[in-house]
Amino acid sequence: MLTLTVSLHHYLILAAALFGIGLFGVLTKRNAVAVLICIELMLNAININLLAFNKFMTPNDFIGQIFAIFVITVAAAEVGVGLAIIIAIYRNKLSVNLDEIDWLKW
Amino acid sequence: MVEFAMHNAWLVPLLPALAFVIIIFLTKPWQKLSALVCVAGMVASCVIAALAAYGVFTNHEFTEKPLVYAVRWFSMPGLSIDVGVQLDPVSAMMMFMVTFVASMIFIYATGYMKGDPGYSVFFSYLSLFGASMLLLVISSNLLEMFVAWELVGLCSYLLIGFYTHKISAREAAKKAFITCRVADFGLLLGLLSLQIVFGTLNLTELAEKVSHFEQYTTMGILTLITVLVFLGPIGKSGQFPLHVWLPDAMEGPTPVSALIHAATMVVAGVYLVGRTMFLFHEVPSAMELVAITGGFTALFAASIAITQREIKRILAYSTVSQIGYMMLALGLGSLTASMFHLWTHAFFKALMFLGAGSVLHALHHKADVWEMGGLLKKMPITGYTFMVGCLAIAGIPPFAGFWSKDEILLAAFDTGHYVLFTMAALTAFMTAFYMWRLFFLAFMGEEKPENHPHESPWNMTLPLVVLAVGAAAGGLMGTPWAPLWQEWIFFGEAHHVEPNYLIMLGSVVLAGAGIYLAYTLYCADQTKAKAHALAEKYKFFWTVSYNKYYIDEVYLWFNHTFVDGAAKLFYLFDIYVVDGIIVNGLAAITRLSGEGMRVSQTGRLQNYALVFFLGVLAVAVILAFTDPSTAASLTGGAK
Repeated sequence: MLTLTVSLHHYLILAAALFGIGLFGVLTKRNAVAVLICIELMLNAININLLAFNKFMTPNDFIGQIFAIFVITVAAAEVGVGLAIIIAIYRNKLSVNLDEIDWLKW
Repeated sequence: MVEFAMHNAWLVPLLPALAFVIIIFLTKPWQKLSALVCVAGMVASCVIAALAAYGVFTNHEFTEKPLVYAVRWFSMPGLSIDVGVQLDPVSAMMMFMVTFVASMIFIYATGYMKGDPGYSVFFSYLSLFGASMLLLVISSNLLEMFVAWELVGLCSYLLIGFYTHKISAREAAKKAFITCRVADFGLLLGLLSLQIVFGTLNLTELAEKVSHFEQYTTMGILTLITVLVFLGPIGKSGQFPLHVWLPDAMEGPTPVSALIHAATMVVAGVYLVGRTMFLFHEVPSAMELVAITGGFTALFAASIAITQREIKRILAYSTVSQIGYMMLALGLGSLTASMFHLWTHAFFKALMFLGAGSVLHALHHKADVWEMGGLLKKMPITGYTFMVGCLAIAGIPPFAGFWSKDEILLAAFDTGHYVLFTMAALTAFMTAFYMWRLFFLAFMGEEKPENHPHESPWNMTLPLVVLAVGAAAGGLMGTPWAPLWQEWIFFGEAHHVEPNYLIMLGSVVLAGAGIYLAYTLYCADQTKAKAHALAEKYKFFWTVSYNKYYIDEVYLWFNHTFVDGAAKLFYLFDIYVVDGIIVNGLAAITRLSGEGMRVSQTGRLQNYALVFFLGVLAVAVILAFTDPSTAASLTGGAK
């Protein structure tokens, strides 16, 4: 029987995959809120990365875990700000379609 | 007194220069005072010049060793220039002649220019001219002479274009200056070459160095330098082909024509060649060039003068022709004959110009001789003095012109230049003819009813009389029986020639024939039928002569095609290449690249995020392939 032990690179590959999916979403989604969701996805992928390194590299310390909590906190704050901005834009443009928000163009 | 004058000869150009400054800055509002300052300056210079000349001509030493004194002007390593005075018989003679004739002309001008609004300014220009010409004459250094040369050119420009309201005068002034400029270019190159080759421009030093020029340079280079130096006199002295400015220079007031374009400035070229005779003497081919240019110009100008109508124009071509004689004499090696003719010419030509001015003054500037007639009766002083001038220029003994012209003919014959001798003789015939044609048409015959001539005031007739005395007696110091001139002014050694009675007789016969022909055509028959018939019969030659051989038209065509053509080419280059390709092109590159690059500024957030990501990717890839430590960390230790 092949024993399948879960080691560091399995976590890393998972995190990378999640990060890639999140990145793709950020770059292509039309809806602003969907972009925020994908950003969250990327941040969570990073959390997985941190925790994996914490578990396999330095099991006695918990630096990675602390770092992950910070990331979660920042993500939360950032989503709050992001949604506020989206609401402000919506009030002006009555749309959250990112394709239409191009006022900074030439 | 004489010693003082000789050692302070630098005062001679200084006094008129002071007069110029005083008139311009102080006395301009007061016309009579300005004229007085100008005349006083020149008369004072004349006195000093006379004293200095007396000193020079009583001391035979000066023919060998001139009196030179100078101060350092500037010096740098390898170059030092002095300015100073060189007094020898030639310069003393010129100095006296210029101051004397100029004094007479200045006095004349006080009457002639009366009523002109620019009266004071005119006298200031005259003073400046006097100062420059005198500086040229006494210069000890070729650079100093060149400065004075340019200054006289400037004064000529200012004075020719004095009537600024006349377009023809302005154009004539420009023509004079530009033509001389072309010539001065050659002169400057020649002078620079002299400085480079011989290391000095001081006349006495150069004379010494050029006498053994093989130590410094080859004959070929020396020939080139000499020809370049000769270019200056071709322009300034109105020799062919740069004679075109002299007839047009008659646009200036008559005192200007008399002073500058008859007696003084135009002979500056002859004087320069005379002063640098030591250089020309070493280069026989250059001497030939000078002689041929002079001889040809004499004949050429005389052939134009016989058909001209305006009184001053006839005199102008006569001047070109007579200067041709002087150049011819120099080219034949006879400084004596050339300077002698310069001296006599100054008197009779200035006399005739002033006489013409008197006529113009009386007839309110009507210049065509065919519209004049019988002026002798109402203007006796002008008429008879003019006649003295005509006798002198025709070469009738014992008037001045005969002796000097005879010297030149003798020089041509004795040196074996028979072609040039024939040309000179032919010119003498034509000179007598056209001058007496002028006299008969203007002063003899019937008066035209529309003219109301009157004799001019004393300040115009006195100079005429004085100059007439000079024209009559000025040659008596150089006759073969009393060769005073020949003993003092010469190059090389004084040559005493026996009088050649054949040539003397021949020249008198030619002159007489010319006068007789003019008499038959223009005086004997008052309808001048024969003259008109002759002109009709040889219509081609007459037209060519009357139109000055179309040289002005050729020059204009040349100018139009090449100079304006080149200008057009450069204009097109400027418009299309410089403006179009370079300036506008650079701007277009900036603009187009900007237009290209702004496409990337979409304003869309996700596009910018994509660029970030691609950038990071690019950096990582580059680092992975170049930096081994990054490669190791990126691949987690593998490879």
